[in-house]
Amino acid sequence: MSLMRRAWAIRRHALLMGEVQGQGYIGQALGVADILAVSYFHAMNFRADNSEWEQRDRFYLSIGHYAIGLYAALIEAGILPEDEIATYGMDDSRMPMSGMAAYTPGMEITGGSLGHGLGIAVGAALGLKRKKNTAIIYNLLSDGELGEGSTWEAVMSATQWQLDNLIAIVDFNNQQADGPSRSALAQGNELPKWEAFGWFAQEVDGNDLDALMVAFDAARHHPEPCPRVIICNTKMCCGISFLEAREKTHFIRVEPDEWAKALLEHEEKKPL
Amino acid sequence: MSIPPHSRRKSKYEPRSHAGGMDSVRTSAMIASLDAEGRETIDAPFGHTLVDLAKTRDDILGLSADLSKYTDLHIFAQAYPDRFYQMGMAEALLMSAAAGLAREGFVPFATTYAVFAARRAYDFIAMAIAEENLPVKIACALPGLTTGYGPSHQATEDLAIMRAMPNMTVVDPCDAIDVAGATRAMMNHEGPAYMRLLRGKVPKVLDVYDYDFVLGRAKLLCEGKDLLIISSGIMTMRALDAAKFLAKEGVGIAVLHSPTIKPLDQETIIREVQKNGRLVVVAENHSITGGLGDAVAKTLLTHDVFVPLRQIGLPDEFLDAGALPTLHDQYGITVERVVGQLRHWLEG
Ligand SMILES: [Mg+2]
Repeated sequence: MSLMRRAWAIRRHALLMGEVQGQGYIGQALGVADILAVSYFHAMNFRADNSEWEQRDRFYLSIGHYAIGLYAALIEAGILPEDEIATYGMDDSRMPMSGMAAYTPGMEITGGSLGHGLGIAVGAALGLKRKKNTAIIYNLLSDGELGEGSTWEAVMSATQWQLDNLIAIVDFNNQQADGPSRSALAQGNELPKWEAFGWFAQEVDGNDLDALMVAFDAARHHPEPCPRVIICNTKMCCGISFLEAREKTHFIRVEPDEWAKALLEHEEKKPL
Repeated sequence: MSIPPHSRRKSKYEPRSHAGGMDSVRTSAMIASLDAEGRETIDAPFGHTLVDLAKTRDDILGLSADLSKYTDLHIFAQAYPDRFYQMGMAEALLMSAAAGLAREGFVPFATTYAVFAARRAYDFIAMAIAEENLPVKIACALPGLTTGYGPSHQATEDLAIMRAMPNMTVVDPCDAIDVAGATRAMMNHEGPAYMRLLRGKVPKVLDVYDYDFVLGRAKLLCEGKDLLIISSGIMTMRALDAAKFLAKEGVGIAVLHSPTIKPLDQETIIREVQKNGRLVVVAENHSITGGLGDAVAKTLLTHDVFVPLRQIGLPDEFLDAGALPTLHDQYGITVERVVGQLRHWLEG
C-alpha cells in the first residue's frame, strides 16, 4: 500500500474519531498524518501483534492531545483494532482524549504534561544502548513544547551522550493553545538552534511525503554519533480545505453536519 | 499611571562589624554537627550499600544532577563508572531520563537535594515516574533542617509534597543503619520510592536496638509508661536521647520509630497509641504541615482513636540561615529542647 494511501487512511480514522466526540484535536491529527505515515510505514520496525516486542522502534508521543492522531496510526498499523474507533474518548475506552501509556497498546509514554517526552526519550535511548539494542527512539513533540525549559535540558543531554539512536520530530504548525507559536517563545529559526546544540538537524515540509521519507532516511543513516531532529513545517487540518481555512485550529468545534462534509471531501481525495 | 514602590524586605539583622566572638558557631560547621559528639559514625552508607547491591544486580544504575559527591553517589560512580550517569544541573531531565531507563528495564537511583527533587522536579516525578509506577529510586540529601544555607537548601516540606503523590513510597531514615536498610528495601520494592538521604559521616544509633529497616513498618525501639513519641528521621535519634535523659528522672518515654512515611504503618501506630493513656507526641525533622504529624493525626482520627496529640517539628515558615546547632536549638529540635518540651507537656 502506498504511503499516500496510508496517510489518507490515518486521516480517515482520525476524522471518524473526531466525529465520535464532535470536537477535539482533529487539526493536529490531520497535520501530522503524513509524519505518522512515514514513521510507521517507512521508517519504523514494529510488530502489529506484539506492541511490546523488544526490538521495536519506540514512538514517544509527548503531546498527549495528539493521541487522536497516533490512535489513527496505530489502527492503520494493526496495533489497535479499527472497531474501537467508536469508543474514542468514551468511558472505559482504551483511547482516552489525552494519550497515556497505561491505556493503549502502542502508546509508549504518558504525554500531556508538555516538555516531558524528550527527557524520557534520552533515558530510553541510553537504556537501549546499555542493552546493545539497535532500536530507535522517535519522539514527536510540538513547537509549543519548545517553550518548555525541560525540552532544552534534554536537547543538551542527548548531545552529551551522543544519542544517535534518538530522532526528534518537531511538529512546527505555528499553533499553540493561545495562538501562533511564533508570537510566543518560538522565536528565530529552529534549525540553527538545534545545530548549535550539536544535533543533526533537517527542516522539511511536514506534509510532503517524499520530503519526509528523504529526511527520515537521512536521520536514520547519518554517520555522526549525534542525536537527530527533523523540524516539520505542517499545516493544521491539512487535507480538509474548509477546516484548513479556519483561524482557530488548536481545539476545534466541528458542527455535526460538517463531519459528513469533511469525510466526503476526504473520500474524494482517496488515492488509488 | 503611578505604581507604588515595592516595600522591600528589610534585613532582620543590624549591620555589624565583627563576628560574635569565640563562641559564635560558623555555618560552615554544618554537616558534621547532626549528632552528639563522640557518637560512632559510618561513612557514606547509601553509596556503599548501593555498590554492594550492584555486585549482584546488573540493572542498578546511578544518576545525579551535578550532586553525586554531595549525595554519596560518587562512591557508586567510582566503583561502576559505566553505570553512572552525570545528567548535569538539570533536575527535570534527571527524573525524565531515569523514567526512560526504567522503561527499558533498569532500576535507576537518582540523586539530588531534596529541595530540587520535591520542588523543581515534581511534575516530572509525578508524570514520568509515579503515574506509570516505574521503579525509579530517588535519594535526596539535605532533608528538613540539615543545612544552614536557608530556604533554598532546606527541604522542610518535601515529605508533604512527596506523600501527596500517588504510587510514591516515602522514607525518612534515622541513621546509617536505617539508610543502608532503606536503600536495600527501596531496590526490592517494585514501584517508585523517595528516600531522605543522610550523607557523609552518618551517625550509627539503631544498631543497639535489635532493629532492621522494614518498608512500611514502624518499630517500637524503647518502652515507657508516661509518653509515646512517634518519630522519623533524625528526630528518632533525638527522641532516643531524650528518653535516656528523662529515664534518669524516672520518666518513661516510649519511642516508636516510623521511617516509612508512606505507606504509614497504621496498625502499629494505633496499637501503640492505644496501649495506655500516654500522651502522644509526633516528632519530625519537617514542617508541622503535611508530614508525619499530619499523617499520624489523620490515622488516629479516622480510626476513632481520640487521644491528646502534640507535635514537635519545624514551623510552617521559611527558616533562617546560620549554623546548624544554633538553628536546631532555635527551632526546638535539639535533645535539650525536646526534653524541655516533653517536660512541659508532662507537667501541664
Ligand atoms: Mg503547535
